[in-house]
Amino acid sequence: MADSLISIRNLQIELPAGGDRVRAVDAIDLDIAPGRILCIVGESGSGKSMTAHAIMGLVPRPLRATGTISFDGNNLVGLSEAKLRAIRGRRIGMIFQDPMAGLNPVMRIGRQIEEVYRFHGVSGPYAERVESLLGQMGLPEPKLLRHALPFRLSGGQRQRVMIAMALALDPELLIADEPTTAVDVTTQKQILALLKRAQAQRSMAIVLITHDFGVVAEIGDEVAVMQHGRIVERGPTSEVLKRPRHDYTQRLLDAVPRLRPRKSAVSERSAPLLSASNITRDFVNRMGLLGPRRTVHAVQDVSFALARGETLGIVGESGSGKSTVARIIVRLLSADKGDVRLAGVDRNFLELRNRELAPLRRRVQMVFQDPFASLNPRRTVFEIVSQGLLAHGMARSEAERRVSELLRLVALDPSAANRYPNSFSGGQRQRIGIARALALEPDVIVADEPVSALDVSIQARVLELLADLQRRLKIGMLFITHDLRVAAQVCDQVAVMRHGKIVEMGPSAEVLFNPKSEYTQLLVDSIPGRNTFGSDVPDRAAELRGR
Amino acid sequence: MRRILRRVMQNRGAVAGGVVLAVILVCAVAAPLIAPGDPMATRGRPLLPPGGQFPFGTDMLGRDVLAGIVHGARISLLIGVMSTFAAVLIGVTVGAIAGFFGGWVDEVLVRFTEFFQTIPSFVFAILLVAIMRPGLASIIIAIAVVTWPPIARLARSEFMSIRHREFVEAAVLSGVSQGRIIVTEVLPNAASPLIVVSSLMVATAILTESALSFLGLGDPNHISWGYMVGAARTVFRQAWWLSVFPGLAIALTVLAINLVGEGLNDALNPHLKGRIGA
Repeated sequence: MADSLISIRNLQIELPAGGDRVRAVDAIDLDIAPGRILCIVGESGSGKSMTAHAIMGLVPRPLRATGTISFDGNNLVGLSEAKLRAIRGRRIGMIFQDPMAGLNPVMRIGRQIEEVYRFHGVSGPYAERVESLLGQMGLPEPKLLRHALPFRLSGGQRQRVMIAMALALDPELLIADEPTTAVDVTTQKQILALLKRAQAQRSMAIVLITHDFGVVAEIGDEVAVMQHGRIVERGPTSEVLKRPRHDYTQRLLDAVPRLRPRKSAVSERSAPLLSASNITRDFVNRMGLLGPRRTVHAVQDVSFALARGETLGIVGESGSGKSTVARIIVRLLSADKGDVRLAGVDRNFLELRNRELAPLRRRVQMVFQDPFASLNPRRTVFEIVSQGLLAHGMARSEAERRVSELLRLVALDPSAANRYPNSFSGGQRQRIGIARALALEPDVIVADEPVSALDVSIQARVLELLADLQRRLKIGMLFITHDLRVAAQVCDQVAVMRHGKIVEMGPSAEVLFNPKSEYTQLLVDSIPGRNTFGSDVPDRAAELRGR
Repeated sequence: MRRILRRVMQNRGAVAGGVVLAVILVCAVAAPLIAPGDPMATRGRPLLPPGGQFPFGTDMLGRDVLAGIVHGARISLLIGVMSTFAAVLIGVTVGAIAGFFGGWVDEVLVRFTEFFQTIPSFVFAILLVAIMRPGLASIIIAIAVVTWPPIARLARSEFMSIRHREFVEAAVLSGVSQGRIIVTEVLPNAASPLIVVSSLMVATAILTESALSFLGLGDPNHISWGYMVGAARTVFRQAWWLSVFPGLAIALTVLAINLVGEGLNDALNPHLKGRIGA
């Protein structure tokens, strides 16, 4: 393509010897057309981020890129720092995944944006320019905001400031590396819309790195799918989404969780296994030593019931209190008020003292969010899975037998028991976490975002495993998630939380496909790529209602 | 473990420090072979310059300086290691309990630690040795008492952050007892910074011991480097070798320990150096 803005030829980035593969980016060719949005999709480790960094000349040190990235007559690979600096920020802007890390916490917002102008030799005054830029980003009261420090802003607002900085000098290309992965769905929708609008106004090109085909469907003109450092498929978005040519693309598309009603596993609701009523928890924190106390009502009057063999999803955005509820139920956190009854125990679970709690702890277990943080890196898988068994007095030989049984149950080889967590992938680690939770044969499992840290293809498998185990073992599961699509896939009942309160609760088919509250409707509408991936929703929902 | 060792081996400074430390260690262990007999005994004419029968010369009482240095290595290393061991024991216990349990326990222990920190440590050490009467045990105790607070603070902050990691919470849910959680889940993950700090603390302890001996508060029955430097200060202009050799021994040992400590630090926390990306 002669008229491409950037053309990448034979780009290679070698990894240090001893890694799991030789090249992070393996001889890719890619053209970026002016004024279009190109999405690079891939799972973690596919080399998508590395490609983006190579365009900016930001390949992390001992690694080196080879090949050519031509941009306006220059080869960006191996260009001198001075020349790269003149291009970065001015002609190619970049935004990153984590808006917290991108802003200097002790510098006022306006000043940070001014710096972009200043470094590139644009003379002031800047005030007006900064304000209009903040205004364009849809930020409230730009005049005041200019003087705010970053901690005053929400995650979404910070990401907007980052975008403002990247767009300050009207670059021809904006590289966005997972810009919405760290923000809530509703915010994600707004930010994607903002990017699209900014792109149209300035007729710049955007390269958007993402792992989510929903985002691609929402915003992409063209898409390139990466796997193991290679581009396996590339084409117009609609084409690729409808008729993927490569197997891997097909697999990724199949793995995208769809908002699709699921048949409830429990035909009749039996007596509840666990019932919670009026759980309330406030957090009090002080701003500074003598500052005013601020009370956050993290959880307010939350009540629900969970039957044997049933999955109750608690859905909400960050800060909605859903994780606090989970931690209160497993007694990692105390509640201010509330009553939790476990079948067969006629006392309030939340009021049991430590000694009384010890024998009952095994009945309520937890699967954690982060498969890396939740396994002690210095203990073998056997030690991790068997710790509860041994603590409850099981003999070591018996525990060994049980651990191999559990590992087989979560589809891992029993020989895994002797290895350390670092020799397993994220998905395998999460299986180990599930085996640990199942070790004590619990009645209730609380799963706190168990798949949100995993790639989509692995996500699907872990969800299947959880659902299968739950059916077979008749466990009641409390499933905390921010992703409505995932909730639709595994939950029989769904409770939607906002600001510490349950705004809507009921069978998941009802709540997700025929939401009564405005907030649930907003969440459903914010699902990225809903029109592409959930096109069967309205009909099915109607069908369900008609039944 | 092997990987850590390999990373230490890649660090030239650490290897050099390790070699020097090994030589000093061998000297200390083989002291009776290198310089048989009592190092405090007179061996020749006083104030002989280095060379001949006495490679490092003799002091004003005719004692062999070389013998003093190899025997002094035993005392310096012994005091350095033992007092650090004692300080780590106190510091980690206090810090672990404070960091793990938090709340009022933490509050009380932190105040207690701060109390020790507010007293200038060297003055405090002198005071303790003077009260307990100079001797090996009293010097070790005195150094341990003045050096544990920083270890306690470090252990506390490590324990506080690790305590809330998910794998610790998982152990709590599995019904593992708190003592076991502290020892098997938290401590191994807090170990690397503690190892680094304690390795550097050995060097400080050796310096403190030298300073105490210099002031005449060392164990009178054992020769030590600090004592040698202290005794030689009156004849420094006539007999430089009396203070220079033991002084060099102190400097070399402390430097070697610091190099090894730095190497350990880089090996145990490779991300801090930015050599290995996250």
